[in-house]
Amino acid sequence: MKVYQYGDNVDTDVIIPARYLNAPDEKSLAAHCMEDIDEDFASTVEEGDMVIGGSNFGCGSSREHAPLAIKACGVRCVIAKSFARIFYRNAINIGFPILECPEAVDGISAGDQVRVDFATGTIINDTTGEQFQAAPFPEFVNGIIEHGGLLKSLKARGVAK
Amino acid sequence: MGMTMTQKILARSAGLEWVEAGQLIESRLDLVLGNDITTPVAITEFHKAELSSVFDREKIAIVLDHSTPCKDIKSAQLCAACRDFAKEHAITHFYDVGDMGIEHALIPEKGLAAPGEVIIGADSHTCTYGALGAFSSGVGSTDMAAGMATGLAWFRVPQAIKVNLVGRLNPYVSGKDVVLYLIGLIGVDGALYQSLEFTGDGVESLDMDDRFTICNMAIEAGAKNGIFPVDQKTVDYLRGRVSRPYQTFEADPDAVYAKELTIDLSALRPTVALPHLPSNTRTVDQVAGKPIQQVVIGSCTNGRLKDLREAASILRGRRVADGVRCIVIPATQQIYLDAMAEGLVADFIQAGAAVSTPTCGPCLGGHMGVLSDNEWAITTTNRNFVGRMGPTSSMIILASPAVAAASAVTGVVTDPATI
Repeated sequence: MKVYQYGDNVDTDVIIPARYLNAPDEKSLAAHCMEDIDEDFASTVEEGDMVIGGSNFGCGSSREHAPLAIKACGVRCVIAKSFARIFYRNAINIGFPILECPEAVDGISAGDQVRVDFATGTIINDTTGEQFQAAPFPEFVNGIIEHGGLLKSLKARGVAK
Repeated sequence: MGMTMTQKILARSAGLEWVEAGQLIESRLDLVLGNDITTPVAITEFHKAELSSVFDREKIAIVLDHSTPCKDIKSAQLCAACRDFAKEHAITHFYDVGDMGIEHALIPEKGLAAPGEVIIGADSHTCTYGALGAFSSGVGSTDMAAGMATGLAWFRVPQAIKVNLVGRLNPYVSGKDVVLYLIGLIGVDGALYQSLEFTGDGVESLDMDDRFTICNMAIEAGAKNGIFPVDQKTVDYLRGRVSRPYQTFEADPDAVYAKELTIDLSALRPTVALPHLPSNTRTVDQVAGKPIQQVVIGSCTNGRLKDLREAASILRGRRVADGVRCIVIPATQQIYLDAMAEGLVADFIQAGAAVSTPTCGPCLGGHMGVLSDNEWAITTTNRNFVGRMGPTSSMIILASPAVAAASAVTGVVTDPATI
C-alpha cells in the first residue's frame, strides 16, 4: 500500500474538476481523480492505498463525485485533520470510511505502512510503531457505514420504500 | 441553556422540544433540491436502491442550471435523465431551459423557501435561503435521493458563531464585501460544522439581495448554514411569493455560541479575494492596478437585480476596456426581464459586455466564459480555487459587482469610487 499526502483545504474542484462532471460513472471519475493537484495520482494509485489530508479536506462544491472518485480509485480510506462537512457526510452516505485524526496526519509519512481498525478508530503506523486514536463514529453514523451507505440503512430500517 | 435560531428550527423539524449542539437528529424536510449535475447521481442511487416513489412531489425542486443550455452531448444526456425522472414522478417544481434560473436565486423568487423551513439541496450554496430565516444546507446526491424518497435527512446539531452587525454600508460597499471580509477574518474553515447567525442593529439596513449574498457564501467559511432574523424586509419579500403559513424563530436570549464577533458595516471597504482561497482577502486599493482579461458579473452569489443595478450604474455610458471580455448573467428569467425593463441590459450591451441567459456556466468553468492559460479574471462568483474557471494556471479574483464593473471599464482591478 502507498500513502498519498496533501495539505490543507484540498477542495472538491481539484479532487474532481467540474469539466469531468458530465460523465459521473465511477470509471471516468477515477480516471481524473486529483488531476489538478497531482497529475500522477490516477495513474499510480492502487487498491488499498490511503490518502492523507490536512484540515478542511473536501471543501467547496457538494459534488458527491469527489468521494466517489477517490473510492472508485480503490483508496481504502482518507485520514485528515478535519473534513469539510458536505464531503464528510457524502463519504459516510456512500459507505466510504474517513477518519479525523490530526495526530495521525502528522505522524504518517509517504512510504509508511499503515493499518486502520475502523470499528475502534485505531490507526497503526507499522513503519514507526506509532499508534493513533481517531474518534470512533457515533452509533447512528456507524449504522450507515455498516449497511454500506445511507439508502441501504434507510431500507433496512423500513423508512425508504 | 437556550437554543440558537438554527437549533430551534432543527428541533421543530425533528419533533423535539429541545436539542443541543452535537446531537444527531433526523429532520422532516420542507424542500429537497437538486441540479443537472447532482440530480443524475441521485437518480442513479434512487434506482440502485430500488426505490419506487417520492415522499411528496410538491416538495422536490429540480433546476437544470449548471451546464445549460446544454454545453455538450454528455450534459444533454444528464439533463434528459432529470427530465425523465421529473416526468415519471410528476415533480411539480421542475425548471428547464426557458423557465429555469440559477437555483439559489430561483427558489426564493418562486416562493419555495420560507422562514422556519428545513431545506436540503444537492448544491453547496443551498445555504442561501438562510437569508429568509430558513435552515437550508448543502448536501450530496445520496442525501438528495434519500430526501426525495423519505422526506428525511440526518443532521448533527451545530453550534453557532454569532455575527453582530452594526452600522450601515457605505456607497460601493455591498453584501459581497461583508461576507468576503468575514471569510477573511475567520478563514475557509472558520465556521466548520457551525452556523453563522447574523444579528444586530445593522441587519435592517441590508437589502434582501445583500442578505442572500452573505448567506450564499457561508459555505466558503465552512459553515453548515448562515441565517438572518426575519424582519419587515423579509416579510415584504415573502409577500406575493409565499402563501402557505410559516413560523419565525428567534434565538433565545441565553443561547450559547461557540464564538461572538462584531462587524461594523460602516468601516468596511470594497474587498476582494485573491487566488486561490476565498479567505485570501485584501481591500481593493491593495490590489488596484492588477491587469485582468475577463470579468464575470452573475452567479448564485451576485446575479440578482441589485447586483445588476450596481454594475450598470458603473458601466452606463462607459466602455469595457480593450482586451477585456465582460460577461453579465442575470440569475433568473424574471431578473433578466426586470433588468431589460430598467434599461440595464441595454447599458451592458452598449458598454460592450456580453449578456447571457441564466446559467451557472463560467462560475465552475463549465461554459460561457472558460479561461485560457495564465489568464486573470475578476468575478462576482464564489470560489477562486485552482482550476475552478479554466486551466490550473488561470487566476480568479472574487469581488462585488461594483468592483467587477469598475475593473471591466479600466482593464485593471479598480476601486469603483475612483472612476
